[in-house]
Amino acid sequence: MGRTLFDKIWDSHVVFQEKDAPNGNPSLIYVDCHLIHEVTSPQAFAGLKQHGRKVRRPDLTFATMDHNVPTTNRSLPVIDGDSSIQMHTLRENCTEFGITLFDMLSPQQGIVHVIGPELGLTLPGKTIVCGDSHTSTHGAFGAFALGIGTSDVEHVLATQCLWMHKPKSLSIKFTGTINNRPGISAKDIILSTIRHIGISGGIGSVIEYTGEGISTLSMDQRMTICNMSIEGGARAGLIAPDEVTFDYIRGRPLAPSGEELEKTIEYWKSFLATDSETCHDKSVNMDLSRLVPQVSWGTNPSMVVDVTENIPYPEEFADGNVEQEKSARRALEYMDLKPGVPITEIDIDRVFIGSCTNARLEDLMDASKLLEGRTVSSRVNAMVVPGSQSVKRAAEVRGIDRIFKDAGFDWRESGCSMCLGMNPDVLAPKQRCASTSNRNFEGRQGVGGRTHLVSPIMAAAAAVEGRFVDVREWF
Amino acid sequence: MKSFKFICDKAIPLDMVNVDTDQIIPKQFLKMVKKEGYGEFLFYNWRYQNDGTLLTDFVLNDKRYSGRRILLTRDNFGSGSSREHAVWALRDFGITVLIAPSFADIFYNNCFKNGILPVQLERQNVEFLFKNSENEDIVVDLDKQKVVCCDHSFSFLINEFHKRMLMQGLDEIGLTLELESAIVDYESKRRNHSSA
Repeated sequence: MGRTLFDKIWDSHVVFQEKDAPNGNPSLIYVDCHLIHEVTSPQAFAGLKQHGRKVRRPDLTFATMDHNVPTTNRSLPVIDGDSSIQMHTLRENCTEFGITLFDMLSPQQGIVHVIGPELGLTLPGKTIVCGDSHTSTHGAFGAFALGIGTSDVEHVLATQCLWMHKPKSLSIKFTGTINNRPGISAKDIILSTIRHIGISGGIGSVIEYTGEGISTLSMDQRMTICNMSIEGGARAGLIAPDEVTFDYIRGRPLAPSGEELEKTIEYWKSFLATDSETCHDKSVNMDLSRLVPQVSWGTNPSMVVDVTENIPYPEEFADGNVEQEKSARRALEYMDLKPGVPITEIDIDRVFIGSCTNARLEDLMDASKLLEGRTVSSRVNAMVVPGSQSVKRAAEVRGIDRIFKDAGFDWRESGCSMCLGMNPDVLAPKQRCASTSNRNFEGRQGVGGRTHLVSPIMAAAAAVEGRFVDVREWF
Repeated sequence: MKSFKFICDKAIPLDMVNVDTDQIIPKQFLKMVKKEGYGEFLFYNWRYQNDGTLLTDFVLNDKRYSGRRILLTRDNFGSGSSREHAVWALRDFGITVLIAPSFADIFYNNCFKNGILPVQLERQNVEFLFKNSENEDIVVDLDKQKVVCCDHSFSFLINEFHKRMLMQGLDEIGLTLELESAIVDYESKRRNHSSA
């Protein structure tokens, strides 16, 4: 019988299998790479110390600071005392347990899901975990990558393993491509997908994204897709590795190199693919030929419409489901929006280009192209937060920072920033933001703040116009 | 870890779908380095006004429900961020059992590490509990895998591993460390194959 890509990665990482347990046998799964950051690790280290335990594989554990680092001048002290303590705690723990740390001032610092691939830690066929739900990002390389809670972080630190019940496999196949479709981006693909399957459509599953619509994407675009798998409720996202993947990996500082890498690539090619589409537990087809730019209107990532559409009526969105209707009403109230109003008539106050979803070099290049010779609307405050110091440097070498700054954007240091607002980058109550991040939950970007999820191109256009536009018309 | 076997209590009805962990514990409370002390911040933005006074129309602030240890809610509870702080906040507030038609995966897993039982019931049975739990006791028996209310009994599924963890209050890491030889074997097998 054939196996899925996920089956193959799973099978090759089973350390121990419980037998004959009713309602599913848990497997002890080996973890090849453990990424940690300052917010979800302190309690895990405290637990280790309390029990006198060691970190089993410090050589497979990598740390950075991203969630609450300031994005302004880093030569100044961190003003927020609690954030400073968390960062200091991570520093101490990494020193004590011998873990490599990309500290706030490291030239490799950045959002954990941006630096993993950049450094070459993210490789096909690996199992990767991190105390952060957007770990699904790394699945773009054909790695099984998932977010875990702090107790599991402690478990992995101590044992390098994780107990898991095997998730099901859901395939989402994309026909058509967004290549040569200016104004449409990978973010629009994943937003429309979550709109289609719903935010719990992927519960208990690993999603494998397949088809022409995926194979024609760059790695930066694929990462945007896999990143938001968790917004569809999935345990992880996966894309089978191909030449695009291998090209990305070549020359990465911590990846294998030379002959060793080429041999490994041959092995990946022979092994890391789903044998037959019929191997999946469930399949969904998505047609990209009619995809248009997407904008979220509500307070979860399935509350999305085409930029050409109007704010939906709650009963229309709910399609007969009373609870969904109630939640749509609440969302409209929170977002201060009226049904029937065109998306293009919503005025915005802030623009945030950043996050592990959309702060890689290509994202910034896409947005900057649109900004050349244009300026940010006088009623909009716009900022760009590169995903990492490497992205920032690469953008600066290309003069992209100049384009942003000339247009009126604030050009910041790298971190999670206003995606979740743990640092000083937050929305004020009632402020409305076009954001390239991944979550539009109530209060996510600041108490009372209103988030619209969009692509980097749409965010740039919205900054200029002060409202959403059908950005396809700009090309 | 604290064990859990059985409870008989009335429920707090949180009649909402897709309650995400950003709501359960907002980001400003993720800056602590301890595992305790999150209870007062549970559902902070829904429980308090900007000046810190209680919002009276939120169920957790309703005096009728104070002290109840079962939280009854709707589909996809605990979605979004992996923050275990959400579970710590529920636990510190006094919640021991959650009942819903479905839970988000990471959140569901996190519950078992902290002595909280998430019970997944059929949608119509959750509806029944919403109609009756205001004044009626709910019995949750983990060993028998049953929820009983007003002479109605509903079975629920739970895998044996999670059940044992909760019933016995086991230290999962301690258990895994007993499999040290299997881990060592796996690592050496992988080392031998890594050149392949």
